[in-house]
Amino acid sequence: MDQEQWTNLLVDVVARATSRLPDDVTQALKAGRTREKEGSLAAMALDSILKNSELACAETQPMCQDTGVPLFFIHHSRSISAGLLTRACDEAIKRATARNLLRENAVDTLTGKNTGNGFAPGIPSVHCEEWDQPGCEIKLLLKGGGSENVSAQYSLPDSRVGADRNLEGARKVILDAVHQAQGKGCGPGILGICLGGDRASGYLMAKQQLLRGLFDTNPEPALADLEARCLDEGNQLGIGPMGFGGKTTLLGVKIGTLGRVPASYFVSIAYLCWAARKAVVRVSEEGAVTWKD
Amino acid sequence: MERLTLPCDEAAVRKLRVGDAVLLSGRMITGRDAAHHWLVHGFQKDVAEFMKGTIIYHCGPVIRKNPDGSYDVVAAGPTTSAREEPYQADVIGRYGLRGVIGKGGMFKKTQAGLQEHGAVYLHAVGGTAQVLARSVVRVDRVFMLEEFGVPEAMWVLEVKDFPTVVTMDSHGGSLHDVVQASSKAELDKLIGAGK
Repeated sequence: MDQEQWTNLLVDVVARATSRLPDDVTQALKAGRTREKEGSLAAMALDSILKNSELACAETQPMCQDTGVPLFFIHHSRSISAGLLTRACDEAIKRATARNLLRENAVDTLTGKNTGNGFAPGIPSVHCEEWDQPGCEIKLLLKGGGSENVSAQYSLPDSRVGADRNLEGARKVILDAVHQAQGKGCGPGILGICLGGDRASGYLMAKQQLLRGLFDTNPEPALADLEARCLDEGNQLGIGPMGFGGKTTLLGVKIGTLGRVPASYFVSIAYLCWAARKAVVRVSEEGAVTWKD
Repeated sequence: MERLTLPCDEAAVRKLRVGDAVLLSGRMITGRDAAHHWLVHGFQKDVAEFMKGTIIYHCGPVIRKNPDGSYDVVAAGPTTSAREEPYQADVIGRYGLRGVIGKGGMFKKTQAGLQEHGAVYLHAVGGTAQVLARSVVRVDRVFMLEEFGVPEAMWVLEVKDFPTVVTMDSHGGSLHDVVQASSKAELDKLIGAGK
C-alpha cells in the first residue's frame, strides 16, 4: 500500500471512531440505565446519551463536538515504514477535519491561533512499534479534552489521602481522582491506570489501558481484584452520569504496571468520557482490511 | 417540564429551581474560553445586543460552511464550564445575561452572580452533540470567527426545544454542591481515617 492508500484507510478509521460507540461501551451504558431510578436526572442523561449514539452512528457524524486528541497506536511488520504510516496519519487528520468528521481542534499554543486543519506539532499523537507478525494493527483513540483535564497523576506516598506505596495506596488515590473529577469528565467514565513508570511513560501506559475490552479480565489476579474493587467503590460514590447523582459513575477500570526506579511510585490515571471513541483495524501484508473493535 | 423563550426577563428565570428540566427556544449565543476573556476586557458593544436577556452556551461546535456562505451546526454539545469561573459573574452582570448553559457546574463566584443578577445555570448532557445539534434551527450570525477560530467564535443560534436541566438556580441552590458533599462523605468511608 502506498501513502495515499494508507491515508484513505486512516480517514475511514477516524470516521468509524468519531461516530460509532464500541459495542461493549453501549452495553455498559444500557446496564447502567437499568440501575437508575425512573424519572431521575441520571436516567434522563443516560437516555440522551444512548439516543445520541444511535444518531451519530446512523449518519456517520461526530458523536461529540470535542473530537479530542487523536492517539494512534500502531504495530507494523518490518516491511511497512513507520515514517510513511506517520505521514499518512497526519494527512488523514487534515482530511477528516476538512470533511467535518473532526472539529478544527488544534491551536498554536504560542500565538493562540487555531491552525484550522486539525494538525499541529504533537497532534495527532502517533506511536509506531515494529512487531514480529505480518501486516499491521492500527488502534485509534479520540480522547476529549474535558476528560483529559480531569486525568490525574499521584506520587506515592500521598499523605492527603493516606496513601502508602502499595496497591491499597493506589486504591485510595484512584477513588480520590474519581471524586475530584465529579461530573466534569463527562461520566460515566472509564479509567485507564498505570502503576509505576515515570511521569511520561505512566500516562502513555494509562491511555493504552483504555484500549482494552471493557469486559476483559486482567491476567494478573492482584490487578483484576483491584480493578473490580475500584469499579464497585467508584460507583458507590454516587456521583452518577454528568455528576447529576446516581449509581453509574464508572463503566470500567483497567490497570497495568511498568517498572519504576526506587525513588518514584507514580499512579497515573487517564479518565475517558463515556464517549469512548475507539477503532481497531487489522491490515494484512497484502492490504486486506478487518475491523477488530 | 418547563419552557423558556429567549430572550427572557428576570422574573422568568427566578421561577426556575434546581432539578427543573427546561426546554429552551429562541436566541442564544455560544462563548467559551477566548470569548469570556475578551468580554471582560472592555465592553464589546457589537455583540452586547445579542447577549442581553439571553443565555450564553459554553460550546465549541463543529460547523459546516455551505457554498452560499451560510453555516450549519454539525455537532454542538457543552464544554466544561469550570474554566469560565473567573469571568462568568462579571460577564453576566456586564452584558445582562439571564443564564449559562454548560456542563460540570460552576463555583461560588458564579453562584453569587446568578443570585445578584437573576440568572440560572443550565446543564446540558455532555457529549450528546448530535441530540443537541438537532435542536438548533439555524445559525444567525457569528462574531470573532477570524480571530478565535470555529470552536471559540461566538455563534448566534436560533434553537427550538433545546433540552437542559437547572443545576444552579438564582436562589443559591446547587446540585453540584449537594453531590460534591455526599460523594465526599462516601469517599471518606471508603478510604478511611487517612484523610
